[in-house]
Amino acid sequence: MASLLRHHGLPMSEAMTFGLASAIFFAYLPFMRINGLPLVAYRVAPRGIIRRLNRDLDLGMRFEKFSSPAQGSRRLDELLDASQLVGLQTSVFWLPYFPPDLRFHFNAHNLLVYGRDGDEYLVSDPVAETVVRCARADLEKARFAKGMLAPKGLLYYATGKPTPPDWAKLGKRALARAAGTMLRTPLPFVGTHGIALLAWQVGRLPNDDHARMYVGNIVRMQEEIGTGGAGFRFLYASFLQELATITGYKALDGLAVQLVEIGDRWREFALASARMIRGRDAFDARALAARLRALGDDEKQFFRELDAAQLAWAC
Amino acid sequence: MRERDVPQEGNATLAGHRKAVYAVADDGRVRLVASRGWEVEEIVTRQAVQDLERLAREARERALAGLTSPLEVHMYRARMDLALLSQTTGLWRWRIRRHFRPQVFARLPPALRRRYADALGLSLEALGRID
Repeated sequence: MASLLRHHGLPMSEAMTFGLASAIFFAYLPFMRINGLPLVAYRVAPRGIIRRLNRDLDLGMRFEKFSSPAQGSRRLDELLDASQLVGLQTSVFWLPYFPPDLRFHFNAHNLLVYGRDGDEYLVSDPVAETVVRCARADLEKARFAKGMLAPKGLLYYATGKPTPPDWAKLGKRALARAAGTMLRTPLPFVGTHGIALLAWQVGRLPNDDHARMYVGNIVRMQEEIGTGGAGFRFLYASFLQELATITGYKALDGLAVQLVEIGDRWREFALASARMIRGRDAFDARALAARLRALGDDEKQFFRELDAAQLAWAC
Repeated sequence: MRERDVPQEGNATLAGHRKAVYAVADDGRVRLVASRGWEVEEIVTRQAVQDLERLAREARERALAGLTSPLEVHMYRARMDLALLSQTTGLWRWRIRRHFRPQVFARLPPALRRRYADALGLSLEALGRID
């Protein structure tokens, strides 16, 4: 997303885009299952990030979905020939450059295509360090995968010229939005309530193989996707620091330090879980639940302070 | 996480890729650092992969014993489950479950075989085989 903005003449760091979109999040969605295990989200879906930035920065973003793969590919070629940078939603399972062990049927993976060389596309993917190539047939399959969160060939591109924003105003609004979602969403599975609910679920797990899969799944959702759940906490901390520098509002620096600590706590939870899965420690669902509960409380505390800091910010 | 604590344990599931993670540098700023992987990630990824491999292996044994059709084996090899295969092919679950019976699968019309082969990313010939 940051590279898309840079392409349109508005240089911005990944952390800044993440923060301005208020992308820090938590949701435990027991009714959405992948291979029988519930979905745990640690950030807003990439679609949501793009939508919010689109609105706040006036990007004139267009979204298109297609009913047939052939149409989808034709439109992608057209846009590339007009030297547009195009974002795509894909399933990781069909992308050949992905490490085989990470290829699950997970449909909400976003990548950027910036060119075409015959029947191969030039892809910039957050997973790979360099540019990768992807054959047309593979990309088509990845774009039109079915199942939960099916991409239906979704592509998006910007048509407007973004202008440098008023950082303080946007920043304040983004902080308010993040704190609001985490603290005041009236649903039991979203925000800090969601962490508490997940803790309760984990606490009731019996000591069996399914319980190990269940906990493993939470950690996998936390660490493997993107920079991971703890990673998103660090990313948001980075945003707070950047915003503090740009606007001179120093209270955010202190909050960033707190959030880094919370991120470390998430990593400790992952480590403790992994040791139990491997059998190095005895499996103890209650201990894991207690860690999650503490994390929920810490995040609640953090977002309250963030909210207060945001309200006290005169700009 | 401090910059020097960024794990470089060589996660085998990344297959040599490196991954960018955020960590705190000595000056207190959070920045991007390349990581070669964390053992924790490797453990949970392995766990998930092994579970899928176990399902595929068990299905294969049943298929060799004539209790299920190659379709079920290929479904698990493609890391799918019944719900996902149903959505990918647009067939009802009970129909797919019926096609798990070897006798029914053997008489499957070419059009349906084509549909399964496309959904699973296989050739027609590979769909009927288990090795």
